[in-house]
Amino acid sequence: MMQSVQADLRAGGQADSNDASRRRGFARIVWKRMQRDYFAMAGLVVIATLFAASWLAPVIANNRPIIMSWEGRTLFPAVAQMVPFKFFVKYPQLSTLDFEDLKYDESVALMMPPVPYSPIATSLDHRLERPDQRHWMGTDELGRDVFARLLYGTGISLKVGLVATGISLVIGLFIGALAGYYGGIADIVLSRLIEIVICFPFLFLILAVIAFLPPNIYNIMIVIGITRWTEIARYARAEFVRLKAHEFTEAARALGARDMTIIFRHILPNSLAPVLVTATFGVASAVLIENSLTFLGLGIQPPAPSWGGVLASAREQDFAWWLTIFPGIAIFVTVTAYNLLGEGLRDASDPRATFRPSSR
Amino acid sequence: MLNYTIRRLLLLIPTLFGITVVTFIIVNLAPGDPVELINRGEMDARISPAAYHQMLHLYGLDDPIHVRYFTWLKRVATLDFGTSFLDHRPVTQKIIERLPATLTLNVWSLLISLVLAIPLGLYSALRQHSRFDKLGGTALYLLYSLPEFWVALLLIMFFGVKLKILPINGMQSIDARTLGFWGYWWDRFVHMILPIFCLTYGSLAFLSRFVRGSSLEVIRQDYIRTARAKGLDETRIVYTHVFRNTLIPVLTLLGLLLPALISGSIILESIFSWPGVGNLFFNAVLARDYPVVMGLSTITAVVVLISTLLADLLYAWADPRVTYR
Repeated sequence: MMQSVQADLRAGGQADSNDASRRRGFARIVWKRMQRDYFAMAGLVVIATLFAASWLAPVIANNRPIIMSWEGRTLFPAVAQMVPFKFFVKYPQLSTLDFEDLKYDESVALMMPPVPYSPIATSLDHRLERPDQRHWMGTDELGRDVFARLLYGTGISLKVGLVATGISLVIGLFIGALAGYYGGIADIVLSRLIEIVICFPFLFLILAVIAFLPPNIYNIMIVIGITRWTEIARYARAEFVRLKAHEFTEAARALGARDMTIIFRHILPNSLAPVLVTATFGVASAVLIENSLTFLGLGIQPPAPSWGGVLASAREQDFAWWLTIFPGIAIFVTVTAYNLLGEGLRDASDPRATFRPSSR
Repeated sequence: MLNYTIRRLLLLIPTLFGITVVTFIIVNLAPGDPVELINRGEMDARISPAAYHQMLHLYGLDDPIHVRYFTWLKRVATLDFGTSFLDHRPVTQKIIERLPATLTLNVWSLLISLVLAIPLGLYSALRQHSRFDKLGGTALYLLYSLPEFWVALLLIMFFGVKLKILPINGMQSIDARTLGFWGYWWDRFVHMILPIFCLTYGSLAFLSRFVRGSSLEVIRQDYIRTARAKGLDETRIVYTHVFRNTLIPVLTLLGLLLPALISGSIILESIFSWPGVGNLFFNAVLARDYPVVMGLSTITAVVVLISTLLADLLYAWADPRVTYR
């Protein structure tokens, strides 16, 4: 019953009898408040667009037709690469086909995606072409379509950003919760642990660990996740310290709830707002780190498409401005969108908040 | 205050210990055979098991892990991080060599961003909600979000490759020594322009927003209202009351920026081939030169730790309202 005293306070004392709906009530208030924040809404729209783009990537840019007729059957090879379908739609009869030759054959390829290029198919006759009507953002040094690479890179960046932040969220919440809830020795030890990790300048720790691991997307996610949890842990700790003194915690304890129940059912849901704000900034910073690592050659390895990878290839091609401009804009827009959303969330969930530098 | 300082110093000990443990664990994460790593693949399958074990023993690699840790720690305590796998020179010496290049870049960048950020931040705080404040705030926010390696590439493309008016890598030209006194310094100066710009714009945006934020806090204080009420003119209020109190948090921030002065920017130094600490670290990572990687990680972490403490003490010293128990 006292569970959302904090939510009530923040919501201006709106009371409701049901706990769950009150929590949803807080979320709704945050959402309403955020709708007035044009910058945050713009960030949200951009993020939603990016997700949609990465989901639709196989039918936007692909050398496989969306609809094709093959051996008397109608097949959908591009659609079969999209997310729910790619797990169960298999076309074994197409596995040996070279779609590069086939895609101009109108009797077979009934409908091609608007950008008929795959992000990894090289075409040495079309190296380093300027942006034109065929290649909207030009081609790279191996003749791959830059637009297709950036489009597929969106998925990689978003995936790394979310998974890495998910990992740091789990670690940070766990450590912050233990330190804040139990206090005493646990707090001293865990706070030292947080301090130790903070002491390493951010790329130093990541690069030092990456140096020993094969650079693939999973290791990148894990390394970013296990090195960037400290801020979340600090916020979670502070929230737990604050909330464990509240009456609702005492009430739960008096009712005989176990520690884990109190931590997960009672305190955690109430402590999420500042933690989720930090996590949103964390996504921005994870996207930036992934692309920096790839740019340095230690992240996503070619031929997998990544924004940072296209930028890295721009380093060798001095005059190919399109290899620099477009991926940079993609990174900038994504990072800014997450930062704006984070600031919007922060302002909406805590009106007293003052300026705190966003993540970089 | 003394009490507080002593307690903070004592708390340094477990943290320092933890830092060394973390670096040591990372060293030992290294896959593959350490003997082979040390010899850079010069050892092959034909080597006799006896020679191999001799090698292990020579480097103390056959000891159990906790023994190896304390041997390593003993050396680290005397600032001996071993020798580089690449050229067998002491790691400490290699780092010291690279410091001046990194310091040159970072000290200039910090000075420039401070000189610009403090007036900018103060001015927009004094004219909060003005067009200057709003436009400036948005512009700085966008500037802050620009990835620095992208900006560096764009600048290189435009000023270095297209217009060919600025050098794009290194600290000086190959023939710098032959250019005479002014020529030499001019050459060094033009080499610094692009890297310093890339280093500065981000911290300028960050610092000026920080200064703006802390000035806004100050302006809301009672003593500013008192100053206004007793009829002080605006210049006096701004310079002696707002400005000086705004500097306190900035001072603390400086303590926290100190480590970056030394560790350098890995990405920018590598893009501009700047022969600094960041570049040394990056090349060591690429070459799997573990002693250098570990040495630098440990040193920077310790510097961060000490700077954090300094920042806190500085804050207590500069602001008499802060009391520590």
